[in-house]
Amino acid sequence: MLTEFLQQLVNGLSLGAIYALIALGYTMVYGVLRFINFAHSDVFMVGAFAGLYLAPLAPAGSILGGLVVVGGAMLASALLGVAIERLAYRPLRQAPTLNVLITAIGVSCLLQSAGQLVFGAAPRSFPVIFPARALSVGGLDFSSNQVVVLVFAAILVIGLRLIVFHTRMGAALRAVSQNPRAARLMGIDNDVVIRFTFALGSALAGAGGVLYAVNYPTIDPLMGVLPGLKAFVAAILGGIGSIPGAALGGLLLGLVETFVGGSQYSTYKDAIAFALLILFLLFRPAGLLGKARIEKV
Amino acid sequence: MPPMPKAHLGFLLALVLGGVLSGLSDRIDPYHLDVLIGVGINIVLAVSLNLIAGHTGQFSLGHAGFMAIGAYATAAVTIFLGPHLIGDTAAPGGLAENTLFGSALLIGGLAAALAGLLVGIPSLRLRGDYLALVTLGFGEIIRVLLQNFEPLGGALGLNGIPAYTTVFWVVAAGAATVFTVGCLVRSNYGLGFLAVRDDEIAASAAGLDPARYKVVAFTVGAFFAGIAGGLFGHFKMTITPSGFDFSRSIEIVVMVILGGLGNTVGVILAAVLLTLLPEFLRPVAEYRLVLYSLLLIGLMLARPQGLFTFRTHRAVPRA
Repeated sequence: MLTEFLQQLVNGLSLGAIYALIALGYTMVYGVLRFINFAHSDVFMVGAFAGLYLAPLAPAGSILGGLVVVGGAMLASALLGVAIERLAYRPLRQAPTLNVLITAIGVSCLLQSAGQLVFGAAPRSFPVIFPARALSVGGLDFSSNQVVVLVFAAILVIGLRLIVFHTRMGAALRAVSQNPRAARLMGIDNDVVIRFTFALGSALAGAGGVLYAVNYPTIDPLMGVLPGLKAFVAAILGGIGSIPGAALGGLLLGLVETFVGGSQYSTYKDAIAFALLILFLLFRPAGLLGKARIEKV
Repeated sequence: MPPMPKAHLGFLLALVLGGVLSGLSDRIDPYHLDVLIGVGINIVLAVSLNLIAGHTGQFSLGHAGFMAIGAYATAAVTIFLGPHLIGDTAAPGGLAENTLFGSALLIGGLAAALAGLLVGIPSLRLRGDYLALVTLGFGEIIRVLLQNFEPLGGALGLNGIPAYTTVFWVVAAGAATVFTVGCLVRSNYGLGFLAVRDDEIAASAAGLDPARYKVVAFTVGAFFAGIAGGLFGHFKMTITPSGFDFSRSIEIVVMVILGGLGNTVGVILAAVLLTLLPEFLRPVAEYRLVLYSLLLIGLMLARPQGLFTFRTHRAVPRA
């Protein structure tokens, strides 16, 4: 019983770590621009495909090769994120939120349908990029890939924290997210900060894409939809705009989902996230770690 | 205030037109008939979403969810109750059958309206993109629930739905939707929808109850989406939960955006256009979604008020 519980705990944490990586991108973009970047889930998908195409170029099944693939996918995703921001969102900086939201949905659909044309609609199997080994500790079975996911996620989240709280760019990012106008008066170029935010968030999503593909070894152009939506739910659970909140929400959602998936209600697994979303928005819209704000006229 | 009788007259004319078309349906090419029915169903969907998203300004991404509820409820009535009520011997296309279908559609619409009421309640506290997410989540929950509900076919869907949908029913539903939504938003009461959309805080300061308007918009919009679902099910004769997913909702949203939020005539034109377009684009069918999404992005960048809107009410853009 206990072993089973711990087993599910490990599975839940490694799924949650991926949600957390995606959720961070949502929460950061929401922090600076106050809108839901629907296309973020498809940046995650493109990250996984970038990994697929990079994998043959790197030595298979080695730590170094894995690092190269993840790094390359992060770079590709960051470039894509910056391009999306420049082409689709920047022209709408002064437009009503609804227009930006619709554009984001459009970009998301575009990436999915273009992905189906370019990558093919059929699921593709993802190659082995990290050394794959089945580990067993005290009756617990897990794969080395799950460990890789957790380690990577932890490093990336700590790295993000260092960037946000200990660099000039990070300070600018926090300033813009607190008050864009005041930040501009302090000499911060908001466009640069927003571009940086998109690059950072998309890179995390790209890493998430590869790590997801490593654990769930087929990828397809629509693979981002559900994890993306769930990661957004995770961001709200943790408190949108809060970086530790996104990480916490991701882990929490991964755990809840894995435990439900292991129970007799497993077919309802995909509805859990949305039920949680609605409950949270109704009763605690600020999320676990967020601060409630009063809207002023 | 436009004279009401004109609207009534238009509604009656549409009913007559539907009857005439239905009477002639043997002489119309079946392919054209199918396209016509598809156009009608999409008009019902787009105009009803327009009440929620366009006139009242509550962005909803779950319209396919309401449609699913209507489709399943209507089909459940005609499949499981129909044989007991009218027997197996009822003449095809006869009065008994059409009465059954009419009441089944009504039940489907009411079931969806109930769901609309439930979704409308969170909208009292949420706005903008949060609300969009709740409606999206709601649509997904409906889909998962239907996939797990074996009596209605589960993930495989419901087959063997009788082909009751005729041109008459589609035209009648389309006319009823346009008529109801049109009369609603032009009435004194209905100006409240526009007020809530334009500025919720100012509307409540002026003594209107935004919450009530939002709930009414969701309920009425969902009712007609449910009817469209019923028509759809009895037209295709088979429905699956995955047929009412997020991308179906998006399709309806694109129609409303293309036509212009709050512009009923524009939305009808857009529904016609977007239903006919894939028929003409069959040779390049795989590019259809790419085109749709480019259209959506391009519209938002260049013409956010929609293709067919030439005047905008809002004088001052919101900051």
